[in-house]
Amino acid sequence: MIQLQHVSYNYQRQEVLKDISLSFPIGQIIGIAGENGSGKSTLLKIIAGIQRPRKGTISLYDESLSRRHAADIAYLPDMDLFYSFYTTKELFTFYASQFSDFSIHKALEVANFLEVDVDVKLKKLSKGNRGRAKMAATLGRNTAYYVMDEPFSGLDPIVRESLIKGLIRYTNMEEQSIILSTHELHEVEPILDQLIVLKQGKVIAQDDLETIRFETNQDAVSWMKYVTKEKVN
Amino acid sequence: MTQHFTRDKPIYSQLVDIICGDILKGNLQPGDKMLSVREYSLEVGVNVNTVQRVYKELEMMGLTDTKRGQGTFITTEEGRIQHLREDMKVELVTQFIQSIAAFGFSKEEIIQILQRKEESK
Repeated sequence: MIQLQHVSYNYQRQEVLKDISLSFPIGQIIGIAGENGSGKSTLLKIIAGIQRPRKGTISLYDESLSRRHAADIAYLPDMDLFYSFYTTKELFTFYASQFSDFSIHKALEVANFLEVDVDVKLKKLSKGNRGRAKMAATLGRNTAYYVMDEPFSGLDPIVRESLIKGLIRYTNMEEQSIILSTHELHEVEPILDQLIVLKQGKVIAQDDLETIRFETNQDAVSWMKYVTKEKVN
Repeated sequence: MTQHFTRDKPIYSQLVDIICGDILKGNLQPGDKMLSVREYSLEVGVNVNTVQRVYKELEMMGLTDTKRGQGTFITTEEGRIQHLREDMKVELVTQFIQSIAAFGFSKEEIIQILQRKEESK
C-alpha cells in the first residue's frame, strides 16, 4: 500500500499540490484525471519517489518512501523522446542494467504483442510506436506498482486500444497495481477500478467506477465534468 | 473487439446482461467452458476485477459452475436456464409496458399493432 498524508508541493512560489491524502492498495488500476496544470504529473512523480513533497509524508508498506523504492515502483514518464539514440532492444538492455527486476524476455514479449520493431532507433519510430516501446520497457519490470504519466496521450485510438490490452495482459492484479494519469477517460474507463480527480492541486473527488455509474447514472467523463464544475473555488 | 458500454449502468451488469443473452440465444450452450477471467477481460477490454465480479454474479444466479482447477462452465441444469428465460421475458415486457405508458399509449392499441405485424409476416 502506498500512502500519502497531507502532501503539499510547491514550485518556487506556486503551490502545485495542496494537502493531499490518498492511499493506493495493491490489486487495482487507478486513474488520475484533471485539467492541464492540475498537478497530475507532480503527484505521480511524488508517488514514484522522484520528487519529494515539501510537506507531508509518503510511505510504502509503512516505510517512508525514498529513491530506494525505485525497486518497487516502475515509472513511465510523459516524455516523448526517451533515450532516442537507442533501439528498443538497446533500451531494454539499458533497463536490464539499471533494474534488477527487469526481464528482457517479458519486455520483448510485450513489444511483440504490441507489434513494435525492436531493431529500429527510437527517434526513427513513429510517435505511436515510441509509446508502445515505452510501455513495453515499463511492463518489462516486475514491480508492485506501475506509475504511468499519460501513457496514451497523443496516440491514435488503435494504439490506445493495443496499449490498454497490453496493460490487462501483462499485469497481475493479484500482486500489482497501476496508477496512471489520463485525458482519454472515455476509453480508459473500462479498465479503471477507481478514479481520482484533481483540480488546482487538490483532490476534489475520488470514487470507484462502478459506484459512480450505479449511484449517479453517469459515466466517468460526465461525472468528472460535474465534479469539476461543482467544486470551483 | 472491445465492447462499448452505455453510460447509465455499471459495466459489470452490462456484461452480465450480454452473457445472459448469449446463454438464452444458445451462443453459449449448457456445459460450455467459459473463457478464463483474464481471457474474457482481454476480449472485452475491461479490468480483471470487473470481470471477476461478473463471474461471481453469474455463479450467484446459478448460471455457471466453477470446477476447481478446470474453469467456469455454463450450468447443465436446464431448469436454471429456463428460469432465466422466464425472468428475462417478464422483465422485458414490464419495461415495454412502462415505456408505452410513459407516452400515453393504451395496451389495446399496442396489442393491435402487434397483431397486425404478426399477420403481415
